[in-house]
Amino acid sequence: MFEISEIIDVLLLRNYNTRLVVICTMLLGCACGLMGGFLLLRKRSLMGDTLSHATLPGVCLAFFVGVMLGGQGKSLPLLLLGATTTGVLGCATVLFIRNHSRIKDDAAMGIVLSVFFGAGVALLTIVTKMPSGAAAGLESFIYGKTASMVLSDFRLLTAVTVCVLSLSGLLFKEFRLLCFDEVYAAAQGWPVKRLDVLLLALVTLVTVAGLQAVGLILIIAFLITPAAAARFWTDRLDQMLLLSALIGGVSGWMGASLSALIPNLPAGALIVLVAAAFFLLSLLFGTKRGVLVRYLRQLKLKRSVGRQHLLRALYEILEADAGPTDDVLIRSVPFRKVRGRRTWSDRQLRSSLRLAYQEGLIDAVNDRDMITLTRAGLDAAAQVTRNHRLWELYLIEYADVATSRVDRDADAVEHVLGEKLVALLEAKLIKLRITSGLEVPASPHPITPGD
Amino acid sequence: MLPLAVRDLTVAYHRKPVVWDIDLEIPEGKLVSIVGPNGAGKSTLIKACLDLIPRTSGEITMYGETYSQSRKRVGYVPQRESVDWDFPVSALDVVAMGTYGKLGWFRRVNKRSKALALDALDRVGLADYAHRQISQLSGGQQQRTFLARALVQDADVYFMDEPFAAVDAATEQAIVELLKELQQRGKTCLVVHHDLATVPQYFDWTVLLNMRVVAAGPTKDVFTEENLRKTYGGKLSLLSEAAEELAKSI
Repeated sequence: MFEISEIIDVLLLRNYNTRLVVICTMLLGCACGLMGGFLLLRKRSLMGDTLSHATLPGVCLAFFVGVMLGGQGKSLPLLLLGATTTGVLGCATVLFIRNHSRIKDDAAMGIVLSVFFGAGVALLTIVTKMPSGAAAGLESFIYGKTASMVLSDFRLLTAVTVCVLSLSGLLFKEFRLLCFDEVYAAAQGWPVKRLDVLLLALVTLVTVAGLQAVGLILIIAFLITPAAAARFWTDRLDQMLLLSALIGGVSGWMGASLSALIPNLPAGALIVLVAAAFFLLSLLFGTKRGVLVRYLRQLKLKRSVGRQHLLRALYEILEADAGPTDDVLIRSVPFRKVRGRRTWSDRQLRSSLRLAYQEGLIDAVNDRDMITLTRAGLDAAAQVTRNHRLWELYLIEYADVATSRVDRDADAVEHVLGEKLVALLEAKLIKLRITSGLEVPASPHPITPGD
Repeated sequence: MLPLAVRDLTVAYHRKPVVWDIDLEIPEGKLVSIVGPNGAGKSTLIKACLDLIPRTSGEITMYGETYSQSRKRVGYVPQRESVDWDFPVSALDVVAMGTYGKLGWFRRVNKRSKALALDALDRVGLADYAHRQISQLSGGQQQRTFLARALVQDADVYFMDEPFAAVDAATEQAIVELLKELQQRGKTCLVVHHDLATVPQYFDWTVLLNMRVVAAGPTKDVFTEENLRKTYGGKLSLLSEAAEELAKSI
């Protein structure tokens, strides 16, 4: 394997051979991440894919022209110009098909993408068989080849990145409006079509600039993946775009470094794999909409609901035992009786009991089948029951909910009652005279006794 | 000058006419409902007024000028379903979009825009929700966010596309109060509406539309059973048959 020092040398750009390549891919990653954010939110991801695939015939044709003009044919500006031309032509074809037929976007893109790419592959075969033989290497546009990057690529990528960053900074407000609500933007008088063209032009710019490094098949992943990953961490557009650019840049850096360390592994593929790793991490651990955060949120709600159900069940059993005038006193209640209060499984109830014990609401279960509230537990149970009944009374009084249904309806909402809402409830129900101190109002419906 | 005057308006999609020969004059300071069955061209009429779709023929003026000249005096509330509510912006961001027109090119959303947006959110009862991401708002709150965005433009005539569609009772009440308040300040509101039962209660001017204008005028005069029958069940067969034929021939 590699020496640690070797790895560090590459990552810190100490190695002269890889420095240029790594910086180039980082710049490209930033630009791609940024534009990808807009592309994703504009719901044009597939358009980017069409665009990149449609560049291949342009590259080959430009090579043809170069040879015809007597040169070697492999002049980079000419090749990129050709790529841009057919790329844009591909997008225009999609728009034409969409506007002038009943074929939908996705089908139009599928057709155009494969036809242009097919034409490109055919042309590539022809040019590689041309006698000049200089066409070797054109296929690197398909899979990308970072190692071939030279100083002029660095200059090009720097220019592209600066251009993309400054334009999307200047037009941040305009692009945001365009992506969110195109119709409203048009009503306000913004030149929506021209803004849209500009946005696509910027996407074209980064795509073409990135062709050599990542290749036309993988560039779409470089555009979309960082943006999709960033969305899991934030609900703000500016933050999302910055984060997307950052993820893109870091993916470029790490991917290119890895490829420098492991010979024969193409950088394009590694960059995309690194970006995909970021995506996976974000999907799982993203703080705004990651899977884990959502799971924890649901778990918390479930636990709080279980706690309230347990406390109310215990309170109502004690209340029934105490008789109408006496105070509710702490006594041990059999597990079976609590279990019969609701439709819950043994496991659910046991898990709620365990949590209640940890919270100090019930005493340690000596006898496995007897449950005893603590003093604090009784207070909490009274509070929970009180909230439930206040809400029930409110529903009966103000929302015309039938007495027979009110228990279930109240159940659906009471778990989210905060202090503010309870105070409002108390104020509303003051005329019902049930709000003195912490007194628990009587249940408005008969309580079905436990088993 | 009338806030809206439409002459001979015809709009066609794929050469199939959606609205035909619309003539309409809306006086200032009215709450106007635009009512008609599905596919009657209510949204189309509004969009044609705002130059959002090309018109086949006809002329539309607002306060005697074309829309592009009078744009600053016109507010627009699109249908709620027309956007993706998962978009990473807050309610305040959305409302601040109402100030973009005045801000002009390149200028960023400043403190003044934000203050105006917050004020508009307050007027629709959403001040506490300013910093929520818009997907965390209920449908009614989303609708009110859209209204606030139009309010921030401080226009003289408002076009609202189904603001009452699928909203809760609280939102409906809030919108009605807002409409009344706008009317008191002399504004004109044109509202695409689908709930016939509330038309006489909410609106003092009504346009009954079914591809063409069946009737338009003070609600108490035009909101009659006969006009409604003409609009909803009535025999417009000749027109619709002609449209069918046209569509087939393409």
